[in-house]
Amino acid sequence: MAGKTIIDKIWDAHLVSGANGDPDILYIDRHFIHEVTSPQAFAGIKKRGCRVFRPGMTIATADHNVPTENQHLAIADDLSRMQVDALTQNCNEYGITLYGLNHPCNGIVHVIGPELGLTLPGMTIVCGDSHTATHGAFGAIAFGIGTSEVEMILASQCLIQSKPKRMRINILGTLQEGVDAKDIILYVISKISTSGAVGFFVEYAGPVITGTSMEERMTICNMSIEMGARGGLIAPDDVCFSYLKEKRHAPKGEEWERALAYWETLPSDEDAVFDKELVIEADHIEPMVTYGTNPGMGLGITGSIPVPGEVEDQSRASFEKSLQYMGFSPGERMLGKPVDYVFMGSCTNGRIEDLRSFASIVRGRKKADHVTAWIVPGSKQVEKEAEEEGLRAILEKAGFEMRQPGCSACLAMNDDKIPPGKYAVSTSNRNFEGRQGPGARTILASPMTAAAAAITGKISDPREFF
Amino acid sequence: MPVEKFIRLVSGCVPLPEENVDTDQIIPARFLKATTRDGFGENLFYDWRYLNGGTANPDFVLNNPAYSGAVLVAGKNFGSGSSREHAAWAIYDYGFRVVISGSFADIFKNNALNVGLLPVQADESFVEALFAQLEIQPATQIAVDLESQHVSILPGGPVSHFEIDAYKKNCLLRGFDDVDYLLSRQTDIEAFEHGRNVYYE
Repeated sequence: MAGKTIIDKIWDAHLVSGANGDPDILYIDRHFIHEVTSPQAFAGIKKRGCRVFRPGMTIATADHNVPTENQHLAIADDLSRMQVDALTQNCNEYGITLYGLNHPCNGIVHVIGPELGLTLPGMTIVCGDSHTATHGAFGAIAFGIGTSEVEMILASQCLIQSKPKRMRINILGTLQEGVDAKDIILYVISKISTSGAVGFFVEYAGPVITGTSMEERMTICNMSIEMGARGGLIAPDDVCFSYLKEKRHAPKGEEWERALAYWETLPSDEDAVFDKELVIEADHIEPMVTYGTNPGMGLGITGSIPVPGEVEDQSRASFEKSLQYMGFSPGERMLGKPVDYVFMGSCTNGRIEDLRSFASIVRGRKKADHVTAWIVPGSKQVEKEAEEEGLRAILEKAGFEMRQPGCSACLAMNDDKIPPGKYAVSTSNRNFEGRQGPGARTILASPMTAAAAAITGKISDPREFF
Repeated sequence: MPVEKFIRLVSGCVPLPEENVDTDQIIPARFLKATTRDGFGENLFYDWRYLNGGTANPDFVLNNPAYSGAVLVAGKNFGSGSSREHAAWAIYDYGFRVVISGSFADIFKNNALNVGLLPVQADESFVEALFAQLEIQPATQIAVDLESQHVSILPGGPVSHFEIDAYKKNCLLRGFDDVDYLLSRQTDIEAFEHGRNVYYE
């Protein structure tokens, strides 16, 4: 019999046994909630008259719909304030830990889980947010769910799920200088398209992956959903274990030893068989930018926008509609295109290493006068570290200001909206029409590429800044 | 919440021949501030449906009186992007009961099934034929039969089989939901918890 993949190992260890013919019940170890996708789930259990089955296994934060300025004041927008208040009330009523606005542990759900050691290898982790795959960086089965499923977890700590197919993406070779984890994942998505991994869970593997930091792994796993995958993960190793050791909620002492012994059994067996395997050569990857309205429409920064017919996985009509929305023409080069806004933040690139990376480019330079830049740390802890390391000072000297933590312009639920028709280079994860505000035109990129754009006011190659 | 039963539907269709329709198009994030499930249909496809200033966009299919019915027909990879169940609520609240596409994003498909909206993943050739026919005859009716897992263009037109998880099919046919089922399995869930060797709080 063939060995097991890490996906099978974790999945199978969480199946609640039942009678033959019953659907698979998957037990969930960690449930994260936020203000936007949870209120209707709480209303649901209230209506049924049931309790929260395991309140200790759910952790809440306010992130999607919060302002990134003046967080000490009451939220000005009535609907947003009511939504955040509803989360507080629900957490109080059901005994759920809440890291609300102004709490020192507050931040974007996929940033705080790892930094608090709430995300651990071998776990099943869900949240009513599609970027939950971020937690897969620790060798966990982590995926996004809808509000009905949030209600299921609250009521039973379980979900009914069919087992996904397994894909492994092996990343070989060596990364060029100026190319980072964001470029890797944008490149992968550009190769396999926005629907290329529908039905699959993905393991990222190979020498490039084992050489990455935990924060880089989170960036890669985060965008698994953008190629349609339910989730993505990376086998836990010493990099992972040393990140976790001493984290607030990570196991300690004898518990740590016991956990470690288990975690070391998780990597895919050598003879494990995947339903699909892909190889990506990292040497070919340039800093990436997107030119269209889905994350699969990406290219190397020195490249030209394809002409209709060159794009295999998209119809001509939908390709042309995308370019029309963006105001771009087939065959044009991306380098030198004017930029109005820069958004540095999100669960994809809102961590301290991302801020360091951004600061490494802007240090000693000046932001272009016509560019509006929003630098939004992923959490209170990231904000504090940026302050302590002097990153805030570097950014301010270069003409930038740092805002307060939250999802911000990634989904533009709060006031951080890119105006219609304006171009924004964003370190976030989605360039859909209107994602960053009605009519906004998003170009996804790495923190280094975003920094280069902020300095020059146009799409620029970050490699020229070293 | 318990779902409405779905057995068979005969209806007109609304064609949306776009690929990769993401949930930000179905319901933009700025409309996600509600704490109830009601009323999302009003803002379904808002940025495509309305021009700046809120007047109806005459070029968008929901504003075209020639098309009506409880079936939305869309291009492949429908519902990609955000996990917001609000997208399925908005489609349902508007009055649709079925979405037909060549393929669906995973989370959207689960969300749809959980709210009683049937995602019919039909053969791409069937979807193409349906789009073509709707262009010539906007009033075309189709039949969607969950029991036999068939969708057909009436009268006597092309037929496509569609797959659906046996458990979810049963839930829709009988109007059951997963929470009821999971609550009925609580003893097994507790037994699973006791049998585990857990290393975290």
